[in-house]
Amino acid sequence: MNKEKYQLKIPSKTDNLELIRTFVSRISEMVGFTDDDVYKIELAVDEACANVIKHAYKKEEEINLVIELDYKKLTIIISDQGIGFDVNKILNRDIKNYLAQMKVGGLGIHLIHALMDEVEFRSEPGRKTEVKMVKYFVKDGKIKKSSES
Amino acid sequence: MESFEVSKRVEGKINILYIKGYLDAHTAPMLEDEIQGLVDNGEFQILVNFKDLLYISSAGLGVFMGFIENIRSNGGDIKLSNMNSKIFRVFDLLGFPTLYDILEEEQEALTKFNS
Repeated sequence: MNKEKYQLKIPSKTDNLELIRTFVSRISEMVGFTDDDVYKIELAVDEACANVIKHAYKKEEEINLVIELDYKKLTIIISDQGIGFDVNKILNRDIKNYLAQMKVGGLGIHLIHALMDEVEFRSEPGRKTEVKMVKYFVKDGKIKKSSES
Repeated sequence: MESFEVSKRVEGKINILYIKGYLDAHTAPMLEDEIQGLVDNGEFQILVNFKDLLYISSAGLGVFMGFIENIRSNGGDIKLSNMNSKIFRVFDLLGFPTLYDILEEEQEALTKFNS
């Protein structure tokens, strides 16, 4: 497969999460991911976009979502020009203790890491944030089958 | 268009919420309002039946986190039942099974409330 690129620029409001999920899941299905992986990709993207909507902007702005496909992987880059944040603060939390304290929020970033094969956050506080997430078509050198997670 | 619905049934002192469709950051406030209404009425024994729920994001899980401390401090609980495997995995990935009773069937959850 040659490298292909798809892009969605969409207003940052929760009404659009459904549309974002549909965009991502259709492309993931089209390139042959299992139902299970499609669900994971859809959820990871939902979490990243919901974070942009809830935390990045003070008012409705724009989310930029890019999907790149090559022969071995699907890469999704979600970017915003919002306030940015310190991702390490969230990732360094012990999620079990955090939940045990019955705290709300910050769960999405942990989910994204659990659902995707590679995740990278780049944030410049006050300027922009970019999250890049990757799901491979192959696992341990083999094409994934529907029975594998 | 994907949608989300909540309906309610009362069995004894237990309020059973049936949630249906897609629970995300857009629809989570609907569930939040429903649970807030119960709490405001002093109803602290809540069972949520996930049988018809097709999708959940962390915003949905956050609703339960937002109420559980208050509900338990009032002697109640939120118990969860009838999740499909995809929904359960989201709860499992975040460690919720150690914090919440997640039962296969509604009846098991009702029994647990009454035990």
